[in-house]
Amino acid sequence: MKRSLLFIPLLLAIALGLVLYFGLGTDKSQRPSALVGDPVPPFNLPGLADPGQRYTEAMFQGQITLLNVWGTWCPACRHEHPYLVSLARQLGQDSTVRLVGLNYKDTRDAAREWLRDLGNPYQQVVFDADGTLGFDLGVYGAPETFVIDADGVIRYRHVGIVNEQVWAETLQPLIQTLKGGS
Amino acid sequence: MTGGPGQPASRRARRLALLLCLFLAALGSTGAAAQPVTPAAEAGTADLYPFPSAAEQARFQALLSELRCPMCENQTIADSGAPIAADMRDRVYRMMRGGASDDAIVTALVQRFGDYVRYRPVFDARTALLWLTPALVVLIGAAAIVLLVRHRRRVRAAPTALTSQQRARADHLLTEGSEGRRSGGGEA
Repeated sequence: MKRSLLFIPLLLAIALGLVLYFGLGTDKSQRPSALVGDPVPPFNLPGLADPGQRYTEAMFQGQITLLNVWGTWCPACRHEHPYLVSLARQLGQDSTVRLVGLNYKDTRDAAREWLRDLGNPYQQVVFDADGTLGFDLGVYGAPETFVIDADGVIRYRHVGIVNEQVWAETLQPLIQTLKGGS
Repeated sequence: MTGGPGQPASRRARRLALLLCLFLAALGSTGAAAQPVTPAAEAGTADLYPFPSAAEQARFQALLSELRCPMCENQTIADSGAPIAADMRDRVYRMMRGGASDDAIVTALVQRFGDYVRYRPVFDARTALLWLTPALVVLIGAAAIVLLVRHRRRVRAAPTALTSQQRARADHLLTEGSEGRRSGGGEA
């Protein structure tokens, strides 16, 4: 048998190693949303503060929105919250971007108390008790944050905590692009 | 040691049988795709999601085992305890009771959660390698076995006798050697 044929298993192992190595680099938790490029699905839900207030998908017209999905039952959301409060302060001067909360599968009283105690970074909070909007958005666990453009189209979905790094590296550049005119 | 032509047929047959078993085992592993619904999960959902007929119940279970939990990535929504899996089961149940087809149900979930929730990946250009690799590996292995067996057989069948050239040279060396001993024999 030709000696050179013995190198074939070695070459296969190296090839496999390379494939796996590059696979290591991808962040499996950041699964891209299936809704990127689609408008926010239709919904009709009450507000958190005022149950009489109704919100629909039309609320996303006219401003770039960071839609933050959260719940008082979610420890990571608790961890993320202080940063959102400071981010909201930062965005306060900017009338083209706003932070909207989607209170997901929570109880009204607990959520209101939470915001009262920890500060409210949201301009509006949609109360999604059954998680129907969350389900239609493909939310599979909180926290998740969507970037929605001024036409109500979903542009990006971040899974997990938003912090300074996520803002600086991912969200802010995207928002700049969106502001720069389509 | 290595088998010569004299190797008993039974030993050769046993080796071939072993190789065949390994080959079939490798082949069998390529069939392991979506895990079927475990009996425990099936028992649990039967009460929560009643259906008028056993056929419908079976169709429901089959659908659940075709869909992956987005949170517990290696489980189907039949097995997963995650809240989103429960929501998805609810949706599948409601859509089935509402008369939706299997296709419509899977599409509705893929629209929201992505292709990822298909437990068995779609076969397209992107996933072709994923699907074909096990079969390819088995084929390469089988080819290697066949080539190896053929090569060994060829080596064994090769003549161990000397060629006429080699025989002539051997004769020459033997006679030369004995002559040399005779002529150089005298020692003082």
